[in-house]
Amino acid sequence: MEASFYHAKTRYPGIFGWIFTTDHKRVGLLYLFSTLSFFAVGVSLGLTMRLELIRSGMHFYSAQTYNAIFTLHGVIMIFLFIIPGIPSSLGNFIMPLQIGARDVAFPKINILSWGLFIMGGAIAVTSLFTGGGPPDTGWTFYVPYSIRTGTNISLAVFGVFLIGLSSTLTGMNFLTTIHRLRAPGMTWKRMTLFTWSIYATSWIQLLATPVLAITLLLIIIERNFGVGFFDPAKGGDPILFEHMFWIYSHPAVYIMILPAMGTVTDIIPVFTRRNIFGYSFIAASSLAIAFVGYLVWGHHMFTSGMSDTARIIFSLLTFIVAVPSGIKVFNWIASLYKGSIRMNAPLLYTLAFIFLFSIGGLTGLVQGALATAVHVHGTYFIVGHFHYVMFGGAGFGFFAGLHYWFPKITGKLYEEHLAKLACFFLFIGFNMLYFSMFVLGWEGMPRRYYDYLPRFNGPNLVATIGSWILAMGLIIMFYNLIHSLFAGNKAGDNPWEAASLEWQTTSPPPVENFATQPVVTKGPYEFR
Amino acid sequence: MEENASHHVATKTFVFVWIALLCLTGLTIKAAQMQMGEWSMVANIAIASVKASLVLWFFMHLKYEKRLFKLLLFVPIMTISIIIVLTFFDIWYR
Amino acid sequence: MNETAHIEHRDYAAAKLGMWLFLFTEILLFGGMFLVYAEYRQLNTAAFHEAGREMNIFIGAANTVILLTSSLTMALAISAIKKGMKIRSLLFQAATVLLGLGFLVNKYFEWSDHIRKGLYPDSPVLLAMSHGKILFFGLYYVMTGIHALHVIIGLSVIIFMFALTLRGNISDTDYVKLENTGLFWHIVDIIWIYLFPLFYLIL
Repeated sequence: MEASFYHAKTRYPGIFGWIFTTDHKRVGLLYLFSTLSFFAVGVSLGLTMRLELIRSGMHFYSAQTYNAIFTLHGVIMIFLFIIPGIPSSLGNFIMPLQIGARDVAFPKINILSWGLFIMGGAIAVTSLFTGGGPPDTGWTFYVPYSIRTGTNISLAVFGVFLIGLSSTLTGMNFLTTIHRLRAPGMTWKRMTLFTWSIYATSWIQLLATPVLAITLLLIIIERNFGVGFFDPAKGGDPILFEHMFWIYSHPAVYIMILPAMGTVTDIIPVFTRRNIFGYSFIAASSLAIAFVGYLVWGHHMFTSGMSDTARIIFSLLTFIVAVPSGIKVFNWIASLYKGSIRMNAPLLYTLAFIFLFSIGGLTGLVQGALATAVHVHGTYFIVGHFHYVMFGGAGFGFFAGLHYWFPKITGKLYEEHLAKLACFFLFIGFNMLYFSMFVLGWEGMPRRYYDYLPRFNGPNLVATIGSWILAMGLIIMFYNLIHSLFAGNKAGDNPWEAASLEWQTTSPPPVENFATQPVVTKGPYEFR
Repeated sequence: MEENASHHVATKTFVFVWIALLCLTGLTIKAAQMQMGEWSMVANIAIASVKASLVLWFFMHLKYEKRLFKLLLFVPIMTISIIIVLTFFDIWYR
Repeated sequence: MNETAHIEHRDYAAAKLGMWLFLFTEILLFGGMFLVYAEYRQLNTAAFHEAGREMNIFIGAANTVILLTSSLTMALAISAIKKGMKIRSLLFQAATVLLGLGFLVNKYFEWSDHIRKGLYPDSPVLLAMSHGKILFFGLYYVMTGIHALHVIIGLSVIIFMFALTLRGNISDTDYVKLENTGLFWHIVDIIWIYLFPLFYLIL
């Protein structure tokens, strides 16, 4: 048997064997390590924000510090954790294995993407300590404030620009890989639905990110040369900036959620021992979500001063998104029906995902409808909604995938009881933290303030206590995974008895992924 | 290896395309100078699109590529069209 | 044919597909700027036409002809190397570089002429003008500036390819690098095809 890729001889010794690697598995792990580190920072910032908000009044931060912290929390969580979270880490590691490729199509561009990502992250962090101090605009960088504030916007925006470039290159790389490097017999309809979701995600990364890139570039140019694209004093239109920002950032929401959907779609058949229900519909709905994602960005701007015609059209189009998302949820439920269910941790996280994502999705409709959106816009309702979708959806999907592929990546088994206990804490803490926000928002508490009226005290206290329980769940989960990495039992090659291709090689896989070129003769979820 | 079966395009073809592009450049300047108001812009964009298609089709070899490449090209063109049209629903009616 | 040539040939279609996908991102990048142009022209039509009359059609047209011709020489350089005519390919590549440099020289004189008149972003002359004119010249500098940046990148890559061709790394058995360079050069040309009427022919 060949040695695993961990023990293979690399071109450079030690740490350089990692940061100059071209092996997609090592790149995936580099991404995993870096995104999880950023996640830890983001979580800490979130916890301190919750601590400040435990009851009304100013406790720890000045208003300006609070502005900087929520900006940083948003930028880190969105650009440095969720967007690269699943596609670049798990996608990089798993997708080539699932299609039976030896590596991605452009291994050098792959490691370049990671380099750009780290450079972008480092520059964004540098912006905190240099120039006019940490950015205080929120992660949306709305004009005209972002072109007038004295804080260090240009540098932070440039960091995000590099991260965007990295994301685009990853998309290009994965698309080429899926088109060109599938193993013999791996037809489009034999690909796993995780790979399908990565495929759809890559298209969004490729076609939406350049719009963000140019928008951010225009901000930098505007700040440094006073060109006047978005400054009303020079004839510019701030709403145009919002359009361009959301032309990227709405599709980006699907960059975050689609791979998580793909992950749970891969998990469900394995733990119910039956073929996925509605394979073609799930695959097609991934592409449909990617497409419809371009039609609905205006629903972020219902109170911005956009024309009524546009508001009505965007509201109408927004409801279309519910169709492909609904197709997915119904197919997942149908796949569970009459399956021989094994309630292992990955499935438990998956069920939590379906529950939380459904709440997130349904509260999204409240904001997609023009009349109610005007009412809840800019309140904690929206904060609750996007945390349900982003953390409850993308985050829990990521955790599910982390547990499901942990034996594949490390060759070890984690402690099942601890994993379930962590999931329990996460689920309880999560709902206490973010469901309170729906209540607060509905009662009218505005977002992005460091303080609030005393009448909002109750739910805020519940939310803060929830944040501690959530943090405890995260600590247990990561303790379990890290501890098992060193002390876990050997997993064997295919502990879940899964049928897809990535489990047909050794765990962890050798450098070339498969000892012999695999030939595919059946679908990814055919267990009998 | 069949993918490498590249098509040899005659030099003559390229030169003809180049001459056509130069003629269209002359035409577009003429169209602009006719002062047709909004229609000048429409004519100019139409001519530019013909020129761009010639470059894509011949210089960039799209004519000789597999069908996949031709189909894929519609994706960014469609995306950019959707983005511009939807944004204009705001601008026209604001 | 040796072993490495085999591997590179197997990746030929992938390399080309990757390049096309990259070009799509360029289309969207400039597409974002075209959107900005479209809105501001819609809102300031008269001022844009007034500003357009201050542009030098002759320089714009000359640069169009230069870039179109450089696209021709690039295409001919590729078909020459496919037929194994190395010297001919090198000559056409050199011609492409010279034409590209000519474009930049023209651009330099055009920009300096405008700057001499005080028409540059945030200049007192420009700020005294109408909003539409401020936006027009802002767009003019940024869009042609980012385009010129692409010309510079394209030229550097072509010079690099020239060296590779000279050393024999690009030959009639392995020319995908040159083809991809050509694709990039042509997309730069296509973007100029649209920039030309938007800034020079808006009378």
